[in-house]
Amino acid sequence: MSALPMIAGALIAAPLPVAAINWHSLFFLLFASVSCGFAVAVVAADNVVRMAFYLVLSLGATAGLFFLAGAEFLGAMQLMIYVGGTLVLLVFGVMLTAQAPLVAIKGSGRDRVLAGIVGVALLALLLQAAFSVKPWRAPAAGVVAEPAATPIGMSLVGVRVDEPAVGAPAANKRPGYMLPFEIVSIHLLVVLVGAAYLARAKRRKVPRAIEVAASVEPPASVAEHASIGRERHRSGSVLAGGRP
Amino acid sequence: MAEFLINTVRLPAWLAWSVTAGVAAALILNVIAGGALVFIWAERKIAGRIQDRLGPTRTGGKFGWLQSLADGLKLLAKEDLMPDGADGMLFRLAPYVSFCASFCAFIALPFAFDFIGQRMNVGVFFVIAVLGIEVFGVILAGYASASKWSLFGAMREAAQVVSYEVPLGMCVVVPVMLAGSMDLVTIAEKQAGWLTNWYLFHDPFTFVIFWVYVTCAVASVNRAPFDLAEAESELVAGFHTEYSGLRWSYFFMAEYGSMFLVSALAALLFLGGWNGPVPVASLLGLSEGTGDTASYFVRLLGMANLLGKASLGVLIMMWIRWTLPRLRIDQVMMTCLKYCTPLAAAMFLGAMLWQIALPGGLVPGLRRPAGEIREGWLPGPGGAFKVRSADVGKVVQVSP
Amino acid sequence: MNIVVASAVPLLGLITEPVSVAHYLVVGAILFVSGVVCMAMKRNALGVLMGIELVLNGANVNFVAFASPYLQGEGSRSLGLDGQVIALFVILLAAAEAAVALAITLNFYNNHATVDVDRADDLKG
Repeated sequence: MSALPMIAGALIAAPLPVAAINWHSLFFLLFASVSCGFAVAVVAADNVVRMAFYLVLSLGATAGLFFLAGAEFLGAMQLMIYVGGTLVLLVFGVMLTAQAPLVAIKGSGRDRVLAGIVGVALLALLLQAAFSVKPWRAPAAGVVAEPAATPIGMSLVGVRVDEPAVGAPAANKRPGYMLPFEIVSIHLLVVLVGAAYLARAKRRKVPRAIEVAASVEPPASVAEHASIGRERHRSGSVLAGGRP
Repeated sequence: MAEFLINTVRLPAWLAWSVTAGVAAALILNVIAGGALVFIWAERKIAGRIQDRLGPTRTGGKFGWLQSLADGLKLLAKEDLMPDGADGMLFRLAPYVSFCASFCAFIALPFAFDFIGQRMNVGVFFVIAVLGIEVFGVILAGYASASKWSLFGAMREAAQVVSYEVPLGMCVVVPVMLAGSMDLVTIAEKQAGWLTNWYLFHDPFTFVIFWVYVTCAVASVNRAPFDLAEAESELVAGFHTEYSGLRWSYFFMAEYGSMFLVSALAALLFLGGWNGPVPVASLLGLSEGTGDTASYFVRLLGMANLLGKASLGVLIMMWIRWTLPRLRIDQVMMTCLKYCTPLAAAMFLGAMLWQIALPGGLVPGLRRPAGEIREGWLPGPGGAFKVRSADVGKVVQVSP
Repeated sequence: MNIVVASAVPLLGLITEPVSVAHYLVVGAILFVSGVVCMAMKRNALGVLMGIELVLNGANVNFVAFASPYLQGEGSRSLGLDGQVIALFVILLAAAEAAVALAITLNFYNNHATVDVDRADDLKG
């Protein structure tokens, strides 16, 4: 009746010498489980600092998945911009706002149930879609991919080098990415200015030294009071430099 | 090595690859741990000498060179303390996060022609990216310690490291541009030959940008004068105030590991990598690619070269640490945003223009032609993807 | 006994058979759904931001999977470079979006001393 020894026995008896293991798949399984597991942990956790930490692990493992899929440049980009930049920024924000009552704000039980139902429904739909197309389930064998860093760089300046250039029908031509690249550059500049404007230091009414002394350690009573009532508390954050 | 195990020792393939991976990992781990032991001893001796003291003299003979081993034993025996209000899981994990990041970056670092964990197409980028993750351990440690000093140290570190990644990235881009590749092996190979082939001496702009890189590298690994995160005169010990024993020593190993890493990166990008100032091997008629004993010897020589250069970099960092006073946080930010970033951007432009205007260098004939052969990406006839353009000293024009 | 072996073998197939696009799509789906649920459920503004990051990453995983030459079977045309470039743009835009959203959150925190999104109802009629 005991199922566990039977499964264990089956595992041992199954014709699976170690040589049959596909290491690519094994590492995929490893990264995928870390990625998905910690993504779910982000949802399940209440403490916002832990959420940030789980998110770091999840996105780091996703970078590993990118490396496995042959997208080396993208994986390094993910590590550098996402994990090293965006998430550090996020953790920075968490730490600036991490006062005791704000660290763990819990949603209501009704919300959780609703979100769970919607989530499971959505997941079922997406999984069904993932397995519905046959070519997506058939892996390629023995493909040696060219490293993609150079083609990506060239495509960003508008030249595609990853396709047969001569004699190919015009319909198969793929465009370069010069214009999107420029647009994104301008966009980043605008965002930079905008973010600096939003988080800038407002006009000060008190001398800076006093203000910094006051803002470094927000009195616990103020924070509690503010979280119960609606008063605007007196001290701004260190980053923004003051109250409006 | 895996081929050797499969062909000569007749191991099954999976075991051979696992053994190879294990040996590589163990070697890298030894570079970090053994390096940390030596560098901690060296730091104490250098600090002593600079301050007109002797430094350690007792443990292990006249020069005290067993001092760091004794320190290690002491740390092992220490009690592992944790503050009352600390977030237990994050507090315990933080040192390992730091150490793992520092360790992982070594995967893509070549020590000689093919002494490398995993050769990557985007090696430089990978190393810089993984090094940037180290800051997470510090931030977590700062938050989880439930101590004001730690939190302040961590926030300073976060602001500093994120800011300094910008000029650091710009500095690194220049050798990448000159070599036409992000692969560290290729970049180092392009500087083969005499001293003058090093990118440090490529043109005046790279010479300047090397020093910008040094500044940014010191700042991004949190060494004095940029060690705001652990400013002991203000913050007790900064982010590791609450740590003791082995966990504390993990932070230290991570710090020394990343110091060594940025020094090795400087050596690879600007100082010729494993190519010595004088091409001894090629003067003797040996080459590193052939695979016999002589080429193995050449590679060992190259590794000694690289390790020597990297250690020299670490020693210079120590020299700086015990010479300069610590900056204030606003001065640190000003150095980054007002000096390093514009300077790096200007030097980047300058190096680019130099490469277009004077592709052959100022004194033609000094540079070895092989160093100038670049991969072109001209869409040639028959859909050829990569065309080796052997045009000596010509920037490859890309037809739009 | 046979049933047990049969149920164990598909799991073993995960390790022994090469990875296909569908595998990556499953990972992308889980990341996406986690992100959506996170956005809907969390009341901390930064938690909502983390949900957005997860959603974008789920999309990125899909793009990379479709772009990868390792995963596509015969007869299907992979996205090739386009997928990777689009994923690149997604990462860049995510960074921009995070910077602005963080600035907004910090402003909100400065004015209201909280990061609870349910309390951001000043404009409610």
